[in-house]
Amino acid sequence: MKITLVGVSHHRAPVELRERVALPLEQASAVASELAAHLGEAVCLSTCNRTELYVAHDDALEVEAPVTAVLLEREPELANALYRLRDEAAALHLFRVAAGLDSLVPGEGEILGQVRKAFEAGSVGPALGRLFREALHAGRKVRAQTAIGESPSSVSAAAAALAQQVFGDLRGRRILLIGAGEVSEQAARNLFSRGAEIAVVANRTLDRAQELAERFGSVALPLERLEEQLGRADVIVSSTSAAELVLRREQVERALRARKGRPLFLIDLAVPRDLDPEINQLTGCYLYDIDDLETVVAESLAGRRREAESAEAIVAEEAERFHAWQASLDVVPAIASLRARAEDIRRHELAKAEARLGELSDAERRTVESVTAQIVNKLLHLPTIRMKEAAAGADGVVYADAVRHLFGLEDDR
Amino acid sequence: MAELLFWPALIAYGEAAIAYGAVLRRPELATRLAIWGVRLGWLAQTGMLVAEAVRADGFPWASWSGLLNLFVWFAVGVYLIWGCSPRYRLLGLAVMPAAAALFAIAGFGGAASEHGYDLFVAVHVALLLSGFAGFALAAAISALYLWQERRLKRHPAGVLRLGPPSLLGLDKLANRIAAVSFVFLTAGIGLGLVGGHPFDLAVVGALAVWCVFATALLLRRELGWSGRRPAYLMVAGFALVALLGLPAGHLG
Repeated sequence: MKITLVGVSHHRAPVELRERVALPLEQASAVASELAAHLGEAVCLSTCNRTELYVAHDDALEVEAPVTAVLLEREPELANALYRLRDEAAALHLFRVAAGLDSLVPGEGEILGQVRKAFEAGSVGPALGRLFREALHAGRKVRAQTAIGESPSSVSAAAAALAQQVFGDLRGRRILLIGAGEVSEQAARNLFSRGAEIAVVANRTLDRAQELAERFGSVALPLERLEEQLGRADVIVSSTSAAELVLRREQVERALRARKGRPLFLIDLAVPRDLDPEINQLTGCYLYDIDDLETVVAESLAGRRREAESAEAIVAEEAERFHAWQASLDVVPAIASLRARAEDIRRHELAKAEARLGELSDAERRTVESVTAQIVNKLLHLPTIRMKEAAAGADGVVYADAVRHLFGLEDDR
Repeated sequence: MAELLFWPALIAYGEAAIAYGAVLRRPELATRLAIWGVRLGWLAQTGMLVAEAVRADGFPWASWSGLLNLFVWFAVGVYLIWGCSPRYRLLGLAVMPAAAALFAIAGFGGAASEHGYDLFVAVHVALLLSGFAGFALAAAISALYLWQERRLKRHPAGVLRLGPPSLLGLDKLANRIAAVSFVFLTAGIGLGLVGGHPFDLAVVGALAVWCVFATALLLRRELGWSGRRPAYLMVAGFALVALLGLPAGHLG
């Protein structure tokens, strides 16, 4: 079985093209079923960064055109952006994808689940089944043995990670959102997903604040009443379009008396800034603006790239193992024929000796059966191993032909 | 035998303390070296304690140095179990230098005695030393708090790289350890006074330490102090312990 991959990804196609071939899981499953009906085995992996079709068939050349046509039917302009990979290269590619090494942000965690879902929705047989299981194993191994997925990769994730450095567990921590825009919401979602409580949304326009507050089950307030919330908040996230500071040092200083030393973490995502930089000088206050967070993210991504080097080694090792298995398939028919021929001879010779063996008891007969079977197995053990080794080294077909010739197995093809 | 094992244990603990100091520059290698230092040091110290127990006629750690030795073994053992999880590993930055220093003090102070003190003195000394050792640990954790707090204020690019315990976690942990240690110290001082210990400089020193930690705990409890100020008080309290030469001076 040869593995063929035809796909398009963020490396070569802009989102305007990718979105036209992006398929929801049900459609991806239908495409895979349709391909498998004609070609053998098929899996369609479609995420926001890629749409890839994996097919296993005896003739790689034969399948490339129909598989390519599936994508081009949906978007003819993709022709120049498509990539086609076979066998080793296709396997290595999938292993890298599962490990997050081919992602926009190295090590991102979602892709492993997407690969698993694509596998489960695909029409797989022994070849693609093995390929995807090994890819998932490689992805898990990379995440377990490297720190590639541990550091935050976005400003909002970095802000949440920093809040955890102050408070530890964020469950039950009160978040005060200043501004009801998309950026505030994104940061709030990240904190919310870690168990924090979005307690108050303060905005110049109360309607918008209420809209966002409803989504988090929190309270909406006008900006004028912001100060009364400072004593109770644990984290403040600010992202308004105000031209001037929304929160000054004096206001926070007044609130600190009521806080009794409880830390206050402030995230300023606005440009121009909403929060007075002097707030960071106050005891127990930790203020991060957008530049600080972007620096943290850049460092974190650099760390991910360093980890990616170790991850590449793991992926290469796993891909090599898969290749060895795949190559061994070339010699499997020859090995099977050889063993079948040997077994035939053994049975035939035992049948010929039946007259002489007839006097043996059942126990003695079983012993003879066992001894002859062991002789055959021992004789064939080393040639089997050597053929599999040769297959891994690309000489498998030569060895298989030689065995067929030497043992007269040509008719068994 | 016990004397032979003292130096390997001290070197291993010292190596761990230094390696933890280098965690900022070479996190992976330094952490690995530090953890191995802790493991080997603890094994050597275990061997040393076993040798002392076999040699002595009775409980050999009734002297202040013996008890301190035992306390370090216990503290490092707990750290080995607890601190080996990645989340708390960096606590070694605070624990191991203190452990190495206390172990050295214990070793140079005469290690275990061949014949134990009477029970009353042993309990009195054990309580005092547990209190002082606990304060040392609380001070070390407070120092880690101050270091982490400073990092968070200064916004270094790699602020997320090390992942030490959270500020709030360190603050609570230091407070809990100080509170428990305070009970030990109070009981130790009380027992000493009941037992007729003369009111000398050592007692004054112990009371001074008691006052510093009592103030820190009281301010936290009554005025809700937390964070940087109680952390400074804890460190100051430990500095006072070191300055007054306690516990060595107490029995010396």
